[in-house]
Amino acid sequence: MKLFKGQGTADLGKPWRYEEDGLTVTRGCAWSPPGCHPVGCGIKTYVNSAGELVRIEGDENHPVTGGRLCVRCLTMRDYVYNPDRVLYPMKRAREDRGKNRWERITWDEAFDTIAEKVAYYKENYGAESILMQGGTGREGGPMLPAYAQAALGTPNASQPLSGYSCYIPRVAGTTYVTGVAYPEMDYAGGLPGRYDDPEFTLPELIVFWGKDPLPTNGDGLFGHAAIDMMRRGSKLMSIDPRVNWVSTRADWHLRLRPGTDAALGMAMLNVIISEDLYDHDFVDKWCYGFEQLAERVKEMPPQKAAEITGVDAGFIREAARVYAAAKPAQIAWGLAIDMKSNGMQAGHCILALEAITGNLDVPGGQLVGDVNDGLELGFGWNELGPELQGKILGLKRYPAMVSFVLNAHCDMVLDTLETGEPCQFKMAGFEDCNGLAGTDCAQPQRWHDAYQNLEWCFGIDVWLTPTIQATCELFLPLSSTVEHDSVVYSHYGASPITMGAINKSITVGEGKGDAEIMYEIGRRCMPINFGRFANFYEFLEYYRLNGKTTFEELREEVVHQKTETLSYRKYETGKLRPDGMPGFNTPTGRVELYSTMFRQFGVDPLPFYEEPQLSPVSTPEKMEEYPFVLTTGARTYCYFHSEGKQIPYLREINPDPLIEINPKDALKLGVSDGQWVRVSNPFGSCVLKAKVTQTVYPGLVMAQHGFWFPEQDGEEPHLYDVWRSNINLLMPHFYVGELGFGAPYKCLICKVEPIEESYDTDMQAIWNRYSQLVVPE
Amino acid sequence: MRNGLLIDYEFCTGCQSCEVACQKEHGFEAGTWGIRVLDEGPWEVDAKTMNWNKIPTPTTLCDLCAERTEKGKLPSCVHHCLAAVMKYGPIDELVKEMDKKPNQVMFVPGPYICK
Repeated sequence: MKLFKGQGTADLGKPWRYEEDGLTVTRGCAWSPPGCHPVGCGIKTYVNSAGELVRIEGDENHPVTGGRLCVRCLTMRDYVYNPDRVLYPMKRAREDRGKNRWERITWDEAFDTIAEKVAYYKENYGAESILMQGGTGREGGPMLPAYAQAALGTPNASQPLSGYSCYIPRVAGTTYVTGVAYPEMDYAGGLPGRYDDPEFTLPELIVFWGKDPLPTNGDGLFGHAAIDMMRRGSKLMSIDPRVNWVSTRADWHLRLRPGTDAALGMAMLNVIISEDLYDHDFVDKWCYGFEQLAERVKEMPPQKAAEITGVDAGFIREAARVYAAAKPAQIAWGLAIDMKSNGMQAGHCILALEAITGNLDVPGGQLVGDVNDGLELGFGWNELGPELQGKILGLKRYPAMVSFVLNAHCDMVLDTLETGEPCQFKMAGFEDCNGLAGTDCAQPQRWHDAYQNLEWCFGIDVWLTPTIQATCELFLPLSSTVEHDSVVYSHYGASPITMGAINKSITVGEGKGDAEIMYEIGRRCMPINFGRFANFYEFLEYYRLNGKTTFEELREEVVHQKTETLSYRKYETGKLRPDGMPGFNTPTGRVELYSTMFRQFGVDPLPFYEEPQLSPVSTPEKMEEYPFVLTTGARTYCYFHSEGKQIPYLREINPDPLIEINPKDALKLGVSDGQWVRVSNPFGSCVLKAKVTQTVYPGLVMAQHGFWFPEQDGEEPHLYDVWRSNINLLMPHFYVGELGFGAPYKCLICKVEPIEESYDTDMQAIWNRYSQLVVPE
Repeated sequence: MRNGLLIDYEFCTGCQSCEVACQKEHGFEAGTWGIRVLDEGPWEVDAKTMNWNKIPTPTTLCDLCAERTEKGKLPSCVHHCLAAVMKYGPIDELVKEMDKKPNQVMFVPGPYICK
């Protein structure tokens, strides 16, 4: 029996498109916009004879989501017909930057203008003077290097997130240590029989480590799969400073101090090794550097880790024993690992835990990808040629990051924008990137000012975001996930689950999808990369489908489980190495508990612990003024980062930006639930609304991120009130790790002061404005 | 036999898909609901236990999606529930389901008899 069978059976077995009650129903997989990680949830759109989207439902035919759908897709109609949406290309003059003086133009004019500007800046300042800034989650997110390198011909792509502290540190660390792309918790998503498939083993233990995948499916993992497995008997361990709902269903909740994950990981390794609880066979055959690791983690006995993390030593021991004894056990490790300067070491500990307990690449353990199941990486890089490749910013200083992800180093981009050294950025593009709105940019006002040094910019989005209002001369309208054809791989394709067709069912204005916009820019600016495709679909089949199938075939199948590349223990069968030999794709052919790659980059090859740069331990002198540990960015169901504020049904779930504070602290400060407070630290300040709650312990506060107020004035200097509640004003610039990865977005300090003003959102005004949907005639 | 909603609140994650699916199904304005998730917690029971239950609770506007169920579809809240904790059916069948595990609640929405 499938637990989710109760989700509806009425439309099981229906084709990709059919008629029902005078409406045309199209089955497809959702990605973006609205922003989301690529699960590729199954959707059905119902469209009337006038071409209007009447409603949307979850598709019960989808093997993973089975009809389930979250609030962000359920409100798709309010998204696609939203009155704030921009449906046509627009331009404005350079002197009108920051003003609502946009003028509608044609796509031809827009693309031709980009081509002219690209040619001009290449000729006069070199291609490296063009900067591409990208965002996350949306389909354009992983396309960022390709947008820059393949389509524009500049090496300099970058997400303006300090230390690229999201996913990339984990992916890079995994690649260096294990040679595989990214080990995700296995929930049988690619197996036809799902949890009952004979290939699958239900995990005895699921560990959520610095990750809450339920609200927004981080990294493309369908978070509620964990609930499915818990209902079948899997136990849960939560490693998180905060209480979230799922941690209340865990048998073990380790509430560590933010940023101390590496200490906890080392102590767990210490217990598992010293008590001989590890998988000797796997360690002997497939690991490198076990002795050195064992020696290193002796330095972190549970008692010492207890002092650092605040978790009881006995509880750390118990957690280590439970994890080692569970067969199989899986760890969903998340963003919190990346958001610290030595997150790479915390990640190294987690990989070591997975390896020495024999949970890597086994059913119900950590699922990894087949080396031959190619990802869309590196498109256009070779065609840049060695001279331009050498001009990607940060290559010499941070080779472990820059050469791996083919992105300019984020923090160096800000310095370069400000100083004009070592190169001058003259032109920029912003794709799916609202970095100023408390999403990416640390010290966003500095970024805002630095962007003004750019002569000409274009932006690709659904909305006029504060970032685009502040920077761009040209706006390209993006279509939503129900308005274009494309392809979505769950987990960004890093592990084999599903490949889904994003099936177009409506047209709204002139929006185009990210893949098509890149194709159109590319064929004008870089025919060397795009000239060989006769049309967009040929490009899509090359770029997303590796020529293995046609889009037409996938469209009709709607969603394809990747059974052909799904297998386990691939280190035995040669499917982890391009040469087909058994072992892992690392210099030693083994999982490197002692990392030869880290050694080669000149850093400690073994995990170690480092205090957050600002914390009660490293800056005790500051704690009198800033007595709270500040963590940020806990996820909500209703928003994806800065997205969703214009959708009334989403906005009413979370109208205002919140800061969670413990009742004891609130009482001491004289803050009542719902009162606005000023939150400050040495780097900046903003106002948030207090939520008095036991989700945080005394001394810890959690602030929401990504807020802007699209109902407010969009012109400079207001930019939709983007500076009012922008928690990233408190984030320091360039507090990154040795290899350039990781910044302390989740482990800072602050003070909290009650204020008298209220900035409560007027939900009636939101409804009055945003319920006026603009449905095409 | 009346129909009802059986909710396994031990596993309700509070995603609020039921709320929004219902609003969209019935064309309700924001601020109007046919079902709401009651947020009971978190509060500390003891050092090791936090009480936190999310309980979808039908409002006076719930009609159990009469139009949908007539066509053989499930109520929209049941269909879209991310944790798949909601069941719809005749109450005698739901009662049998209730006996299988604790921490479930059954609602039998209908016109209020006091009005």
